[in-house]
Formats: sequence, C-alpha cells, structure tokens
Amino acid sequence: MTLDKLSVGSSACIEAVHGEGALRRHLLDMGLTPRTRVTLCKAAPMGDPIELELRGYSLTLRRADAANIEVGEPGHE
Amino acid sequence: MSNKIVLALAGNQNSGKTTLFNRLTGSNRHVGNFPGVTVERWEGHVSGHEFASVVDLPGIYSLSPYSAEEMITRSFLTEGGVDAIIDVVDATNMERNLYLSLQLIELGLPMVIALNMMDEMRANGNTVDVAAMSDALGVPIVPISAGKNEGIHELVDAAIDVAVAKQRPQHHLDFCSGPAHRCIHSIAHMIEDHAERLGISERFAATKLIEGDAPLTESLGLNENELESVEHLVKEMENELGTDREAALADTRYNFIEGLVARTVVKRPRSRERERSAGADVILTHKFFAIPIFFGIMGLIFWLTFGVVGQPLSDALGTLIDSLSGWVGDGLDAVGINPFMRRFIVDGVLTGVGTVVSFVPVIAVMFFLLSLLEDSGYMARIAFVMDRPLRCVGLSGRSVVPMLLGFGCSVPAVMSTRTLPSERDRKLSILLIPFMSCSAKLPVYALFTAVFFPKHGAAVMSLLYILGVLGGFAAALVLRNIPYFRGSPVPFVLEMPNYRLPNLRSVLILLWEKCRDFLSRAFTVIFVATVAIWLLSNLNVRLYAAASYEDSMLADVSRLVAPLFAPLGFGFWQAAIAVIVGLMAKEATISTLAVVTNAGVGSANIAALFTPAGAFAFLVFTLLYTPCIAAMATIRRELRSGDGAALAVAAGQFAIAWCAAFAAYHLWI
Repeated sequence: MTLDKLSVGSSACIEAVHGEGALRRHLLDMGLTPRTRVTLCKAAPMGDPIELELRGYSLTLRRADAANIEVGEPGHE
Repeated sequence: MSNKIVLALAGNQNSGKTTLFNRLTGSNRHVGNFPGVTVERWEGHVSGHEFASVVDLPGIYSLSPYSAEEMITRSFLTEGGVDAIIDVVDATNMERNLYLSLQLIELGLPMVIALNMMDEMRANGNTVDVAAMSDALGVPIVPISAGKNEGIHELVDAAIDVAVAKQRPQHHLDFCSGPAHRCIHSIAHMIEDHAERLGISERFAATKLIEGDAPLTESLGLNENELESVEHLVKEMENELGTDREAALADTRYNFIEGLVARTVVKRPRSRERERSAGADVILTHKFFAIPIFFGIMGLIFWLTFGVVGQPLSDALGTLIDSLSGWVGDGLDAVGINPFMRRFIVDGVLTGVGTVVSFVPVIAVMFFLLSLLEDSGYMARIAFVMDRPLRCVGLSGRSVVPMLLGFGCSVPAVMSTRTLPSERDRKLSILLIPFMSCSAKLPVYALFTAVFFPKHGAAVMSLLYILGVLGGFAAALVLRNIPYFRGSPVPFVLEMPNYRLPNLRSVLILLWEKCRDFLSRAFTVIFVATVAIWLLSNLNVRLYAAASYEDSMLADVSRLVAPLFAPLGFGFWQAAIAVIVGLMAKEATISTLAVVTNAGVGSANIAALFTPAGAFAFLVFTLLYTPCIAAMATIRRELRSGDGAALAVAAGQFAIAWCAAFAAYHLWI
C-alpha cells in the first residue's frame, strides 16, 4: 500500500520511494528512505496535507506526493 | 595573524544557524523558525577575531542540484574562497542533520561540527559520546548551545584552528560499505584529474556523478569513454543493491548515520520538546479548531496592532508633532520670518515629518507580533493548515506568510517571497501582495470611515480588507494560466519545527532594524515627496508663491488627470493630487488631502468634497491601485524580469482599481 492510505495514528515501514526528479530526491533527503519507520500523526483540517513523524522529527507533505511512497503492513504505535 | 579567514556557516533549517551567526558576529540578526528564512547571505566579522569573517549560508537539507539554496551553497563552498565550514547540527534531531554533514564532509574542506541545542539534549537526559562521533566522522565536534551562549568560544577556536592548519576531514573511516562503497571509490579514482581541475574533492564529484547530478556531470567534462564506464559501474551497483542510484546513496548515508547514532547517542525515543509540540498541535492544528484559531490569532494581531497599541501610540505621536508645529510656528512668528518660509517649515516640512513618524508605532507592533509567530514555529503550522485552501488558487501553504506580511508592508512581504522554493509560487505571491491592504493605507480608511461612515467604521474597513483578499485570489486564478506563471508546482515537503519560545532579544533587534529601515526610507522617499508636493502645490507655473492651492502647479496637473476619476465619483483635483502623491507613499495620501484642504495632521476637510458613494469608491481605489514607489522598486527587483514586468504590475493594479472603484461607486448609488 502507499503512505497516503495509512490511517491516522498508525505507522509502517517504507519499502520504496517512487516518482522522479526534485520531489523524489527531496523525500529521500528528508530521510524517507527504505526501512524507515514513519507514523502518520494527523491530517490538516481539510484532509490534506498530512503530518508524519520519522527519525524523531515532524514532516508535512501532500497526500498526492505521499502516494509515491510504498509502505509495508501498518501497525499501531 | 594577519591573513583573513573566511568561515562558512552551513546547516539544516531550524538548526539554530542564524542564532549562532548572531552569537558569532555580535550583530544580532533575525532568528526564524519558519523553514527557509535565511535566504539572503549575511556576513560578519567574528567578534574578538577581526581577521575572521563568517558567512551565513541558506538553511538546507542536502546538496542536491534541485533547489536554488542548495546550489548556492554548493557553488559558494566549491569556488575556493572558504577556509573552513562550520556545520551546525541540531543535537535533538541528529539523524536528519547529519545527512547534510556527510555530504559536506565529502567536499573535503576543513570543517568543524557545531553540535547545537546541547542544553535541550541534556535536559532530556540524553547523552552523546562526542569523541567517538568525532572520530567516526573525521572532523572535530564542539558541543554548543547558541541560544544559551555556551561553547561559542571553543567553537570559534576549533574553526580557526582547522582553517589555519588546513586540516581536512580524515577519511580513515569510510561511511559507506558494500557495493556503494566500491562504486564511489572506483569512480573517484577514475575522475581524479577532472575533479582536481575543478578544485573539488574527487569523492564529492564521484557521489554526485553516481546520483546523476546534471550540473556537476557537465562541469566535470568527462569524455564518452569515461561517461560509459561511470554508467557501467553505477548500473552494476544498482543491480547489486536492487535499487536505483539516488535511493542507494541516500540509503547508504542514512544507514551509516543510524549505526553511528546507535553507537554514540543515548536518547529517549521522543524528546520533551517533540512531546510538547505534539501536545500543542492537538489543538493548534486540530481538524475543526485549527482554521478558527488561525483567524483568531490574525484577528488578535490586527486588534493589538491597530486598536490597542499601535493606533493610540500613533495618535499620541501625531498630537506631539502637532504641538511641535504650533511651537515652531509661534517661534518663527516671533522672529518675524518670511511668511512663505514659515508655511513651508510648518505646513510642508513638519507635516511631512509628522506623517512619517506617527506611523512607526503601528509598523513596530505589527512586525513584533509577526516575528513572534515566525520564531515560535507557528508559521509552519499555518502553512500546514492553509495549504489545502490556498492550493485552490494555485499557491502553496507557504505563500501565506508573505501574504500576511503584506498586511503590514508590501516591501518586506515581497522580500520574504524569496523563501518560496518555486519560481512560479514566488512570482504569483509577489503579484498577490499588493492586494493585501498594507498598513500605510489604514489611516486613509480610518479618516474616511470616521467622516462618512461613523456608525459602520469597522464594517467598512473589514469589507475593504476582505475585498482586497478576494481580489487577490481572483487575480491569482486568472494569472496562473498565463505562461509567465506556468510551471510545475513545488513539492510541499516541509519540516514542522518544535515550538520554541521566541528569543525576545533577537525579536527586539529585528524590530529596531525594521523601524530604522522604515524611518530611513520614510525620511528619504516619503519626506522628499511630501516636501516636493508641498512646493508644487504652493508655487504656480511661474515659480511664484501660488495665491491658493487652486493656482498651484500640482493643481494644474491634477486638473488634467481628474476627469479620469469622474466616473468613479471623485473627479476633482484634490482627490487626483492625493492619488498622485499616494504613488510616492500611501502614508502621504492623508497628509496631502490635509494640505490641499487646509487642515491639520490626521484630519482633512473631506466631508465637503466627497459624497459617501464617492468616498467609498475612493477607498476601494486606494485599496487596489498601483503600489507605492518603494514597493514597486522591490517588486521590480524580486520579479527579476526587468522594467516590463514592473510596469505591467503598475498599470495592471491601476486598471483593476479603476474598474473596482467604478463598480463600487455605481453599486453604492
């Protein structure tokens, strides 16, 4: 499944980051690399963008961009 | 020691880099919590070490070729003028911060890591084995706290030491392993000569080649054979790792960091600051409360700025200037000075000074409150909350900040668009800013509503602000289809820093800089304009003292253009003068009306001139027409498209204002 489908409060491990160019590179640079555990903390008031927690910090990105990130089986914190 | 040393300050956004810069140079600069505040290049002398200067580089996360800030940093560091890098690492966010450090180390320049926010780290009960980490990375590490002023001397000494000794990072421990390691080393060996010619480290060149970095690949100038070999080696690595080149290197770096942090850092899984921020965000970015809270906070800011603090202070200063004019006038009368000169000094010069000065408190309060928002970390939440609504008009959540600043003053607002990562967003935001009613227009609204709509003053003013915002959005919807603004929207991937207590000292210093900037601008542009306009309105075409304003040169000009405003309900020369003068500075609109209607500061005999409908149309026109000369100059500079674009903005705003005022006038009656 992809990261944008993760439900609020659950976490999963990243399997692959798809897409290309500036966006993909930026996602990788921000630490969204394979085997990294991310938690979806919350969604903005209108459902988008979403707030993630990974590597001890908080990152926000849009659902459409999160759809490029493939994650494994989700589990709850 | 007479040789000059140049230190470069590099680090992630929100790593406390700017605070450290202020500590190092002593000249305290602005500290931002909103990612991307440091886009300008600040430079200063290291206090106590005058031979050493320090350059504050943009806050970045990587050295990829995709963002302007990262390219600026890369070229600055590889051009050869830098003696040592000070890499600021947020100890409470070690993994992501060290990712940049690894790339900086690859540059092979003398380097020191400043492990910042050690106070927070300790308060969390976390520990770090600095010696072991330093050994693993091959660069000296100095634990500091820029906010608490700890470890700064040690850091400066360490940085100067490595710069003087030209002590490059020791690659005795390699931070990659397996296929990536082999690939980097084979390529580094192969391209050694090319890298040397460019004056960059072969290791940096090799990793960038592997990542498929277009600008660097081109400047290395490899021949076809070499390019083919590189491609072959990279393909081999990709096959072995089962992933592509970019992911492989990012993964390798993060793997090394995870291992390093596991060995050298003892930390709790979530810092107290993170816990606290998450707790605050339960409310502040809540599904239902977030947007009302945001508007509540903005409302509070405007109420404090214009209601509670700013306006009374402005009024008090205005009264002071008025009495000053009175005393000066009496004094000049007593010595029997030429009556024309007396009028020039009292009505022209002092009225001009008064107009400018009475504005300072409003601007000061506005900037004070906005910088509190920025430094606390709330601005990033605004971007998070407002991204979806702003996307409807083709902008991202980040554009909210320049737009909010636009309510204060267009000049800093336009300048703040530099923090936007995409050219397209930047240009669109710049053109939106003139629609955000700047605080200089407020006295115009205040005076007119007091005279014409005393019972509905607040409603009329709110209507004007809302009209401006709606007009801006409408303009954005149209403009985003113009080729000039087309382009791929930027990725909205934004760090949300932990909430921090703003540093009051740096906020106050920022405030002082803003006020000083406004005063110097005001006393040049606005003051000169006011005095010039007074002279134009008191001399006739033959340069004699005009019998009355109606006889003056400016009135002649205004009479020529006044018919243009007749369809808007204010086709008389006094209004035309005010509009012309407003092009110099919106602050001067009211003082001009005061001068041409023979009234004191802060009032004008406008009741006799305007009909209520005409007054409302005049307000709508003032809201939207061509920005002042200072704003136009800034827009021209920041659009970077020459005079044509700036003239188009000026003419466009004028046309929009004319149409809107026409509609307002005819809807009213």
